[in-house]
Amino acid sequence: MQIIKDREIVEDNWVHLDDDATLISGDITVSLARWQEQHEALVKHDGRLGLRLSGDDPLEEIIPDLAHFSLVVLVFPAFTDGRCYSYAKLLRERYDFTHEIRAQGDVLHDQLFYMSQCGINSFELANPNRMAYALKAFDDFSESYQSTVLRPEPLFKRR
Amino acid sequence: MYQYDKYDQTMIDQRVAQFRDQTRRFLAGELTEEQFRPLRLMNGLYIQIHAPMLRVAIPYGLMSSNQVRKIADVSRRYDKGFVHFTTRQNFQLNWPKLEDVPDILADLASVQMHAIQSSGNCIRNTTSDQFAGINANEIEDPRPWAELIRQWSTFHPEFAYLPRKFKIAVIGTKEDRAATQLHDIGLHLVKNHDGEIGFEVLVGGGLGRTPIVGQVIRPFLEKKDLLSYLEAILRVYNRLGRRDNKYKARIKITVREHGINHIRELVEAEWVQIRSQLELADGEIERVKSHFTTPDYDKTAAEDETFEAMLAEDASFARWVKQNTVEHKQAGYKGAYISLKAHGEAPGDVSSEQLEVIAELADEFSLGEVRSTHNQNLVFADVKQADLYALWLRLEAEKLATPNMNTLTDIICCPGLDYCGLANATSIPLSKQITERFGDLDYLFDLGDIKIKFSGCMNGCAHQSVGHIGILGVDKKGEEWYQFTLGGSSDENATLGERLGKAIPKEEVVDTVGHLLDTYVDLRHEDESFLATVRRLGIDPFKERVYADN
Repeated sequence: MQIIKDREIVEDNWVHLDDDATLISGDITVSLARWQEQHEALVKHDGRLGLRLSGDDPLEEIIPDLAHFSLVVLVFPAFTDGRCYSYAKLLRERYDFTHEIRAQGDVLHDQLFYMSQCGINSFELANPNRMAYALKAFDDFSESYQSTVLRPEPLFKRR
Repeated sequence: MYQYDKYDQTMIDQRVAQFRDQTRRFLAGELTEEQFRPLRLMNGLYIQIHAPMLRVAIPYGLMSSNQVRKIADVSRRYDKGFVHFTTRQNFQLNWPKLEDVPDILADLASVQMHAIQSSGNCIRNTTSDQFAGINANEIEDPRPWAELIRQWSTFHPEFAYLPRKFKIAVIGTKEDRAATQLHDIGLHLVKNHDGEIGFEVLVGGGLGRTPIVGQVIRPFLEKKDLLSYLEAILRVYNRLGRRDNKYKARIKITVREHGINHIRELVEAEWVQIRSQLELADGEIERVKSHFTTPDYDKTAAEDETFEAMLAEDASFARWVKQNTVEHKQAGYKGAYISLKAHGEAPGDVSSEQLEVIAELADEFSLGEVRSTHNQNLVFADVKQADLYALWLRLEAEKLATPNMNTLTDIICCPGLDYCGLANATSIPLSKQITERFGDLDYLFDLGDIKIKFSGCMNGCAHQSVGHIGILGVDKKGEEWYQFTLGGSSDENATLGERLGKAIPKEEVVDTVGHLLDTYVDLRHEDESFLATVRRLGIDPFKERVYADN
């Protein structure tokens, strides 16, 4: 399937594995529950590993395991659920996670700018038909007052 | 006042373009109503019973005369020629067309105004004291800090989808004219034992369905740490606040459920991690402060003798001065209210013609500035005493000089069932009836300081739970009934009112107010205010009189 990654539309081959699905080789993501239950098997898995987190999951508990993951998928059950904006920012700034952070779920054009400023760099849009137009959203604003992941120096230190 | 630089202007211009595209996509069917809703709310746009309503931000209540002229122009061009000022120092257009809103926002942006985050589950317009900068006993001017908060909170990418709305108020005096204890965060500029000025930080206040008075989370915060501390509170709230029930989603409930001590621990732990990154440099503080310097006041203003002479000569003028002006730190100057509470009119409403006169008077008499207040009035903050008589005559001619500030007829009232999709009951028509029935000026002055707050539903936009007399409209099987509370207050001694008894039918509301006033007049001690009388006696004597017939 196609996703937006680093402001481009790209083909994506990650498989998001359900908790009851058989483990397959290749690049897979798993839920936090599956990671915690099958930790040892997953570490030996043939392929890259990604973790799916929602705002209900305790972010701080997973930090010691972060080195195992090449992708963190933040799940937005509704676009109005803003918890994972904080998760993305913390993963980038406090826990130095440098690999891909992806938004999944109710991910829409009009949230892309804020999500990207918080450090999310790939997006599975809820409506993939409008992906090309949605690329515009990253340029909605040319500045931010705040310290963001893309511009760590707040505007007040640059004026 | 603060003037935009290229950064500020570019961002609000880009916001207009963004919203224009969002509106286009909504009208073209590319965005569902559900998807568009938070986007339009974060631009102040509600869909109401009769028409959309657009709420425009007035940061901490400060407007230039040019902005006031633009408001008049916008209200005439896109609406019915009047606007409504709110309790959070903003104003609302009640009849704009959805497809016109991008143009309205572009017009406003041309004078450095916007509707950004004036609704929605995000950080709202920061409010303050309408007398900021002119109080003799002010610890420090809160306006530069309110402006710094405005910038920090505008388009904050992490906090655009909070559990619920989030309101911040900041004051620089002990007296509280901004209801700070009833905000999600209240900030008080205070002086510590070492003589340093910083902030006392309160959290978890709020009105609405579950009114709660805020609690101190930090007794003293260094000023340079303001933004990092706010960011820490917001991050804790964004993660912890309830998202399963919108009636339990405000931070006041988060604080109540987890306890202030636990919240403090979480906030302080978060804060130490981000403190240095967001520390305000002296240069930036000075840059913002340079927009709020003391004006070049006329040092000879107090030498004028005409003011005293006119006070002696014209009793109506003297009455207005006594009721509608306040002391000023500069000798020979006063702050003057523009009453938007003319008897028989909707509280907080003002016409485009009146706005144009107000803009002209601001230029002529008050350094070109106008301020909006928490009580839904306006203020000229810097009027020379020698000019007050001329100013009063002009205000009087425009029905803007009703000498009723802080009296019974200075009612705070929400739009109610006549305009609002949430309301259960009408409020404005009853509020008009109250001002008509009890509007006799001698009677008003005899009653003294009484605050009536009147909301048309339990969302409590008029803050009835902190009214000396609070009136709340409720729906009972399709009929409008009214629940009274007594003894509330939103000042520095914030208190929630006590419920008087069972709800009262619509046709008895005005009489009930009369019973409450009669009880007060009968039982008060000499010079005792209504609130003091209620606090001394409790609600029983009032209750007995009101429900005597049942």
